[in-house]
Amino acid sequence: MDFNITKQEELFLQMIREFTEKEIKPIAAEIDEQERFPIETVEKMGKLGIMGIPVPKEFGGQGGTNQIYSMAVEEISRVCGTTGVVVSAHTSLCIAPILENGTIEQKQKYLPKLSSGEWIGAFGLTEPNAGTDAAMQQTFAEDAGDKWILNGSKIFITNAEYAHVYIVIAMTDKSQGTKGISAFIVEKGTPGFTIGKKEKKLGIRGSATCELIFENCEIPKENLLGRLGKGFSLAMKTLDGGRIGIAAQALGIAQGAMDETVKYTKERKQFGKAIAKFQNTQFQLADMETKVQASRLLVRSAAFKKDKGVPYSVDAAMAKLFAAETAMEVTTKAIQFHGGYGYTREYPVERMFRDAKITEIYEGTSEVQRMVISGNLLK
Amino acid sequence: MNKAEYKNVFVFAEQREGKIQAVAIELLGKARSLADSLEEEVYAILLGGKDIEQNAQTLIAYGADKVILAMDKELENYTTESYAQAITQIVNQYKPSIILLGATTIGRDLGPRLSARLTTGLTADCTKLEISEEKELLMTRPAFGGNLMATIICSEHRPQMSTVRPGVMKAMIKDTSRKGEIISFEIKFNKDKFRVRIKETIKEKSNMIDISDAKVLVSGGRGVGTEKGFNFLKELATELNAEVAASRAMVDAGLVEHKRQVGQTGQTVRPDLYLAFGISGAIQHVAGMEESEFIVAINKDRYAPIMQIADLGIVGDCKKIIPALIDRLKSRTKE
Amino acid sequence: MKIVVCIKQVPDTTEVKLDPVTGTLIRDGVPSIMNPDDKSGLELALELKDKFNAEVTVLTMGPMQAEAILREAFAMGVDRAILLTDRRFAGADTLATSNALAGAIKTLEYDLVIAGRQAIDGDTAQVGPQIAEHLDIPQVSYLQNLEYDGNKTFTIKKQTEDGYQIVEVDSPCLVTVLSTANNPRYMTVKGIMEAYDKEVEIWSADKIDVDEAKLGLKGSPTKVKKAFTKGVKSAGEVYEVDTEEAIGIIISKLTEKFII
Repeated sequence: MDFNITKQEELFLQMIREFTEKEIKPIAAEIDEQERFPIETVEKMGKLGIMGIPVPKEFGGQGGTNQIYSMAVEEISRVCGTTGVVVSAHTSLCIAPILENGTIEQKQKYLPKLSSGEWIGAFGLTEPNAGTDAAMQQTFAEDAGDKWILNGSKIFITNAEYAHVYIVIAMTDKSQGTKGISAFIVEKGTPGFTIGKKEKKLGIRGSATCELIFENCEIPKENLLGRLGKGFSLAMKTLDGGRIGIAAQALGIAQGAMDETVKYTKERKQFGKAIAKFQNTQFQLADMETKVQASRLLVRSAAFKKDKGVPYSVDAAMAKLFAAETAMEVTTKAIQFHGGYGYTREYPVERMFRDAKITEIYEGTSEVQRMVISGNLLK
Repeated sequence: MNKAEYKNVFVFAEQREGKIQAVAIELLGKARSLADSLEEEVYAILLGGKDIEQNAQTLIAYGADKVILAMDKELENYTTESYAQAITQIVNQYKPSIILLGATTIGRDLGPRLSARLTTGLTADCTKLEISEEKELLMTRPAFGGNLMATIICSEHRPQMSTVRPGVMKAMIKDTSRKGEIISFEIKFNKDKFRVRIKETIKEKSNMIDISDAKVLVSGGRGVGTEKGFNFLKELATELNAEVAASRAMVDAGLVEHKRQVGQTGQTVRPDLYLAFGISGAIQHVAGMEESEFIVAINKDRYAPIMQIADLGIVGDCKKIIPALIDRLKSRTKE
Repeated sequence: MKIVVCIKQVPDTTEVKLDPVTGTLIRDGVPSIMNPDDKSGLELALELKDKFNAEVTVLTMGPMQAEAILREAFAMGVDRAILLTDRRFAGADTLATSNALAGAIKTLEYDLVIAGRQAIDGDTAQVGPQIAEHLDIPQVSYLQNLEYDGNKTFTIKKQTEDGYQIVEVDSPCLVTVLSTANNPRYMTVKGIMEAYDKEVEIWSADKIDVDEAKLGLKGSPTKVKKAFTKGVKSAGEVYEVDTEEAIGIIISKLTEKFII
C-alpha cells in the first residue's frame, strides 16, 4: 500500500475542500437547526460528479475510486455530518449494490440518473424487529407470476423522503431462513409504497430518516436485484462497503472537531495565556490527533483493498469501529476544550458531538463490528 | 539608445469629461520634486476633445513647466489605441526621461500598452519615487501581495515609466502665480487601428463612494464576520459620520462591495482616523492603510499583526464591542 | 472559435505572514494557486465553450511545478494546455514575460485571447495589454461581462472607477478579466480522473520565434535593485480590558480626536 496520495487524489482534495468550504459549511448549522434535507447541495454535488464517484463512465459515472469516494465523504463530513451521510447512503447502499449485483439493464436504467444526482438512492433493511439481527425480516415479497407483491415496513431509512430508488430487502421464502431473503429495486411512486413518519433525531438531523411502508406494493419481475435467495448476503456485502463510507463520515466529523479545537485553543485565553499553551491541552490534543490519523489510515486501507478487489470486510469493520469511537471521543473532548461555549450552538462542536453518536450505531453497531472482527479472528 | 537624449519628467494629465483627475495633480507634485533633483523640467501631457485648454493653467499652477496640449475629437473619450498613438508621437518627439501615469483603470490600461510599444519598462503602483545618485529613477513598490517592498530600476531603457495609485503622492499647494508654457501638438492618427467601439458610458451612483476621501473609516474584517456584524458596522459608521471599509476577506465573502476594500488590491487610504474591527492586519491590508493618521485596532488576538501598527489596540470581541459602542454613542447624542 | 487563456501560478498571498519579531517573510507552507483573475478568465472561456463549442487552450509560463494549474484547467474542462518552461525565460519582468507569451500565441490560431486583469503576487496588470500590443490586436481590460454574437463581434462590459462602459470589438482581440466577472466552476470528479491522462505540452524557448535578447532577465528593461520588508512598526498602547472599559477608552480617544 502506497501511503502517498495520488495526483488525482490531491487535485480532488483541492476541489472538494473548496466546495465544502464555500457550499456546505455555510449552511451546515441551518440544516441541523431546521432539520432540513440539503437538496440544493445534492444538486450541486450531482453536477460535479460527487454523487457517483465510483461508478464507471459507461454508466454515467465518474470513473473514480473508492479511495476518492471515501475522501469525499470525509471532507464533506468534516463540515457537515448530515451531508456526509446523504452521500454515503446514496453511494454505498444504493449505487454499490446495483453496480455489483445488477443486470446490465438495471445498471443502464438506474446508474446514470443516480450518478448525476437527479435521483437519490436509499436502502431498506432494518425493521422494528430486525435491527442487528437482520435475518429476522418480516417484510415479505410474494411471487405473483408476472410480478412481486411486497408487504411490510422498513424503519430508520436515510434519504427516505427524497429518494427515487430504494434497495429493499425482503423475505421471499420463509422456510429457507436467510437463504429465503432477496433484494429488490423499488422506485418512488410505485402504487402501495408510501413514506411513513419522519424521525426526530439527536444528530445528522437533516438526513430525512423515515419509515418505508409497503401495502400490496406491486414490483415488476425484473426489479429483483441479484439472485433469488441471495438477498441476505447482498445486504451484508453492501453493509461491508457502507462501513467504509460511515468510517469516513466519522473520521470527517472527528477531523472537523479537531480543526475547531485547535483553532479555539489557540485563541481562547485563560490565566493570561492561550489555553493551547497548557501542557494538559497539548497532550490531549496529541492523543486526539493520533487517533484521528489512525482512523484515517484504517479507512484508507479498507478503501484501498476494495479498489484492489481483495476481501476488505474486516478492514471496513475495524475502520468503522475505530473511527466511530474516535469521533465520539474527539467531539466529547472538543466540547470540553470549548467549555461553556462548546455546549452552545454558537460553536459547531456541539453539532459535531451530536452527529458523531450515530456512527457507532448505524450500518452495524460497534458491537456488530467487534463480532465481525473477532469472528474472523477465531474462525 | 542614447540615454542622454532623454530629458525631463512627464506626467500624463488624465482628464475625464474635461475634468483633471486628482491623481494627475498628485503626480505633478511628485514630478516637480523629481525634476528639481534632476535639474530638469516638468511636462504635463493633456489630451482631450475640445474645451480642455483651460485645464492647462491648472496643471501649471500645480507644478508643470510645460503643458503639451493635443486636442482632437479622437481624444475626447479615452480609448487605448488613440491615446497610445498620441503619447507615442509625443514621446518620440520630446524624448522624456520619465513618464508618470495614475494607476487608474485608464492608466493601468494605457501604461502597459505604451511600454510594449516603446519597448521600455513600466513599474506599476509605485509607493515611492526618488532619484538615485546615478540620476536614475528609483521606483519602490509593494510585491508579493504587499509582503515585500521592491525598489525597481530601468537603467537601459527610456523613458522610465511608472504608475502611481490615487492618494499615494501629495499634491503641491496650488500656486496660480506660476508661469509656464502651453504647447499645442497635433496628432496624426492611424485610424485603421481603432478597433474598439464605445457604445455606452454609464455612471453608477453607488460607485461614486470614494473611501480614500473619507476622514474617518470604520473598517471590518473576519472578526466582524456576518451580515449582521456588518449592519452594526454601518450603524456605527452613521453615528460617527464615517464611511464603511473592509478587508479583502469580507469583500470576497460578498459582504461588502469591492470599492470599499482597503489594501493592496483595493484602495489606499489615509484618513484621520482608521478604526479596524476584527481585522488581523495581513500585510496586504496594512499596505493600504498604514499611512492613516491614527489607527485604532479592536481584535480578539493580542498578537494580531494589526496590533503592531495600531496607535491604540483593544483586545476584545468586536461582536460585543461594536453594539456597545453604538449604544454609548446614541445615549451621548441624547444628552 | 478558438480561445487562448493565459494563466499564472501564484503563491496564495493571503496565506503569507510576516515574522512579528524579525519582520521577515514566512514563505514556508504557502500554497500555490491559480491566480484568481486568471481563473475567472478561464471560466469565461469555458462558458464560451459551452455555448459556442469554442476550443480552449490554456497557456502558462513558469517552472515545471506550474503544471499543477494546467492539470486543474484540464479538470475544469479545457482542451489543450501548454507550459512554457526554460531557463531562458527565467527572471523575466512583465515585458519579457509578454514577449514569451505573445511568441507562443503567435504559433497558435486564436479568435480571442483572455488574461486575468492582474496577478496577486505582482498586481501589475501589465502582461495582458503588453501581449495585445505584441500581437497587434485591440485590448479591452477590466472585463466584467462579455457577450458574443456567434460570428465575430464581442460586446463587453468594462469596469471603470465610477461605473462601466459598454464597448464592441471584433475578433481577434484580447480581454483582461476581473475576478468579480463570474464564479469559476469547480473541477468535476470525471475531469480530475482524466486530467492526468491528457498531455501538457512542454515548450522551450526554441519552440517560439522570439529573439532571445527579448526573453528572461536579458529581455527585461526593469530590474529589482533591492527588496526588503517593511519591518515592524512599534506598537502603540494596547489594552486587554472588559467591554465596558474598552468602550470608555475608545470614546475618550474619539473625543480627543474631535470625531465626536
